[in-house]
Amino acid sequence: MSDTFQLDGADVTFKPGQTVMQAALAAGHYVPHLCYHPEFKPHGSCKLCTVKINGRTAASCTMPAEAGLQVESNIEELNALRRTLVQMLFAEGNHFCPSCEKSGNCVLQALGYDLEVHTAGFRHLYPDRPVDASHPDILLDFNRCVLCELCVRASSEVDGKNVFALSGRGINKHLIVNSRSGLLVDTDIALTDKAMEVCPVGVILKKRVGFSVPIGARRYDQRPISAQALDDAPRSPDASGSCAVCEGSS
Amino acid sequence: MSRKLRIATTSLAGCFGCHMSFLDIDERILTLLDLVEFDRSPITDIKRCSPCDIGLIEGGICNAENVHVLYEFRKNCKLLIAIGSCAITGGLPAQRNHLDLGSCLTEVYLTEPGLAHGHIPNDPELPLPLDKVHPLHEVVKIDYFIPGCPPSGDAIWKFLTDLIAGKTPELGHGLIKYD
Amino acid sequence: MVSNSGSHEDYLTPILERYGYVATSLLQILREAQEHYGYIHPDALDYLSVKLQVPRARIEGVAGFYSFIYLQPHGEYRVLFSDNITDRMLGSQALMEKMCQQLWLQPGKVSEDGLVSIGATSCTGMCDQGPAMLVNGRAITRLTQQRVQEIGYLIRNRSPLADWPADYFRVDDNVRRKGLLLDNKLAPGDALRAALLLSVRGEPVEPRSPSTSSGRTENIVETIKASGLRGRGGAGFPTGLKWEACRNATGTVKHVVCNADEGEPGTFKDRVLLTSYADLVFEGMTLAALAVGAQHGYLYLRGEYRYLLEPLQAVLQRRRDANLLGRNILGQANFNFDIVIHLGAGAYICGEETALIESLEGKRGVPRNRPPFPVTHGYMQQPTALDNVETFCQAAMAIHMGAENYRAIGTAKSVGSKLISVSGDCPRPGIYEYPFGVTVREILQDCGAVNTRAVQISGPSGICIGENEFGRKLGFEDLPTAGAFMVFDDSRDLFEVACNFVHFFAHESCGFCTPCRVGTSMLKTTMDKIAAGHGTRHDLNEIENLDHVLQTTAHCGLGRSACNPVLHTLKHFRPAYEGRLKSLDFEPGFDLDGALARARQMTGRDDAGAHLKTEEA
Repeated sequence: MSDTFQLDGADVTFKPGQTVMQAALAAGHYVPHLCYHPEFKPHGSCKLCTVKINGRTAASCTMPAEAGLQVESNIEELNALRRTLVQMLFAEGNHFCPSCEKSGNCVLQALGYDLEVHTAGFRHLYPDRPVDASHPDILLDFNRCVLCELCVRASSEVDGKNVFALSGRGINKHLIVNSRSGLLVDTDIALTDKAMEVCPVGVILKKRVGFSVPIGARRYDQRPISAQALDDAPRSPDASGSCAVCEGSS
Repeated sequence: MSRKLRIATTSLAGCFGCHMSFLDIDERILTLLDLVEFDRSPITDIKRCSPCDIGLIEGGICNAENVHVLYEFRKNCKLLIAIGSCAITGGLPAQRNHLDLGSCLTEVYLTEPGLAHGHIPNDPELPLPLDKVHPLHEVVKIDYFIPGCPPSGDAIWKFLTDLIAGKTPELGHGLIKYD
Repeated sequence: MVSNSGSHEDYLTPILERYGYVATSLLQILREAQEHYGYIHPDALDYLSVKLQVPRARIEGVAGFYSFIYLQPHGEYRVLFSDNITDRMLGSQALMEKMCQQLWLQPGKVSEDGLVSIGATSCTGMCDQGPAMLVNGRAITRLTQQRVQEIGYLIRNRSPLADWPADYFRVDDNVRRKGLLLDNKLAPGDALRAALLLSVRGEPVEPRSPSTSSGRTENIVETIKASGLRGRGGAGFPTGLKWEACRNATGTVKHVVCNADEGEPGTFKDRVLLTSYADLVFEGMTLAALAVGAQHGYLYLRGEYRYLLEPLQAVLQRRRDANLLGRNILGQANFNFDIVIHLGAGAYICGEETALIESLEGKRGVPRNRPPFPVTHGYMQQPTALDNVETFCQAAMAIHMGAENYRAIGTAKSVGSKLISVSGDCPRPGIYEYPFGVTVREILQDCGAVNTRAVQISGPSGICIGENEFGRKLGFEDLPTAGAFMVFDDSRDLFEVACNFVHFFAHESCGFCTPCRVGTSMLKTTMDKIAAGHGTRHDLNEIENLDHVLQTTAHCGLGRSACNPVLHTLKHFRPAYEGRLKSLDFEPGFDLDGALARARQMTGRDDAGAHLKTEEA
């Protein structure tokens, strides 16, 4: 078999052009991830999907699949790293789950649950990040931003609008919006935009619909993200794990 | 059977919600009482902590008194457990962290409409607030964390019974919650 | 400052026209646009967004990435003190404090009259003649109390920079030891002519039998391969293999890029090469172009070396006039190649080759995912040969000397010579050229260093070695180096050195990946905690844990090496840490009593209950 690699001992078949992550998800193997989204070209910033390939660590979402690779993912050594990365993200922003309407539907939170993260461990940075409530229908709460750039990518690649961008550097890197006032109300964002759907955490929120799903019925209440994420990934025989949008942009 | 484990509990900058949730273990508390006895705790109304096996603390650190109590627990408890969002992340009280403490005090005691002769309380009996609210692990070493706001009675039960049985506590899906 | 979009059009149009309204020149356009007001005015952003057809937020994002681009007014005079440890050792901190007092302002803040701001910046590459500073981007060296005071007066009197004493801006080469490179007698074009006469075996042949044009590119690649030349930027990748891969890559448009973003603190050899050996740099680039079949060349010059721009452009023009650049170079049909200079704007990460390419394309300098590599997907996703300044010079030397002669110098795996930038505690700092294989001790003797406690090899991301290792040799077999050699004598506290380097990494992290963005910040906080006397063994364990996470998950070399300064100094100079640690197992992550200061101030209390102290727990 030429087009297969080994993932935690199992054979995974891939198609040319797929990355390790894309092939793994398509074959029904979960690899933890946060900034990766099956509809977008991977960019590999969160590093949650770090695996060991032939003994060396690499981000699986961007690493091209190759025949014969020996990939390790679900091992304690890597899960410990992932746990620390989740802890870093919790310590970096202001993640007050009890008062966040994304709670229960939040990917960062669900990853924390799945990886058994009980505490951020690190010293919390408590950054000052004012919310942007200027838009009549949309709230931006930057406190929860994990800088995955999915909204940047969605707005640019799908919506053709470039509502979002990143500025700053290092720990001061932050999300900005495309208007002179710096306010969302002065951008051309619309509720129907793809950028409205992709935020894995509680930054981009539709107003007046929060907390409508009762606790217990939310996305990750029933099933852990390791099960849910596989449903979200393309897995039909035709699905390559990549999409027209990404193909077009690369 | 060996001697009962001694447990102390307290709430610092918290809402006692975690203690209420603790009581949600319902009749299992009778089973628990076969295994443990309570030292300082709102349940016993004992005011000072004596040497214990386990300390459970809800709430973060928002003032000088919180620091003293936390040190008292750390000194007396072999294992110290932070319970609930506030103890673990600072929680709701920490949402004041991006504000200047001085302007908070000014607004609350001096400039808020309806305050006739407001002054900022300075009685030495009152503990002074810290400029920021901190989670427990930033002040002392914490051995275990039970997340949740509050953690469910089931989660607390599972955690404590694991611990008492000498196992590494595991919560697993459904019991580990941050909200 | 009053402005309307009309006034912005006036100064922006010529800039935009010069760059052909091309968005890939965004960083260059922003740099030049800033020269007008000292910052990028919001109206200018709007105007550029329309004219370049780039979303405003994206321009803002690019501007926000680079330390030297300002989106807020930052003073008519923007003073930045170079903050490398070598500047500090020469008293830069006290000088900065003095200047702040003299001009009545706080570091990082703009004076109320909008006249001046004073801050710190990463190493400006003047370690052999520090302390140094940048004023509105211009390098000033050899700062003394008197010089700083004079500068203060000049600023207060609003004296234009052009009128300041020329001696302030004098940058010496300080070449102390020459080898095959610095002692070369090549005239412009010599190496190129030699290349055109190469035989397939990679050795010079008789001038009467010039090789065919189809064979010659292969000959250059083969010669470089045979010479054993490896990259001088630090990683040591075989240059011949890189050029060969680029030559074989599909694509008709190819590029040669010279990495002159010499940002590794303590390194300044490229500054000297660009100052006094620019012809050789460009000659090497032109050779590379011939070898890989590239038409376009770029020199990415770090913003701190802005003062070299005009001299370098003059060299380029001379070379064009001599038919060493341009069309049909040296009369060779279809050998067309020219070089443009791009300026950086204060971002160390752009020294990473893929970040450099992103920056060259006018974007935020974020390292790309690899594979694919620049040799196949580089600038504009086209095949690109990207090498360090010194590598291009060495390539020119190897071609001119012939592979065999070149190979004879250095060691088996580290062929040729290496320029070492010596700074720190020694009487003769400057540039030393040695064949690879030279010992640390030999260099220390040559520069006159005495009572040396430690040497930092290859900058903060390199390695710190103590006295028992001074017998080690520079080279890829033992101590690989990009050239920095910072000397610390026995009066120095190596903890402070590590602390300075850790701050550097946190400041320069691009913020793309989680581990580096957050990890370098956490590392900084922990080192500051130890510095403040609140560290414990627990904190050292935390650093080791951070190191493991960064080593295994960081996106690029910056994150992966960010903990090195701490781990290396811990290994050799543990007492420097132990002396600072509390005997307690654990100390709070913040100053307990300090956290009550605001409340004490507001309540006027100072009784015993209004204070806190750390307790043994």
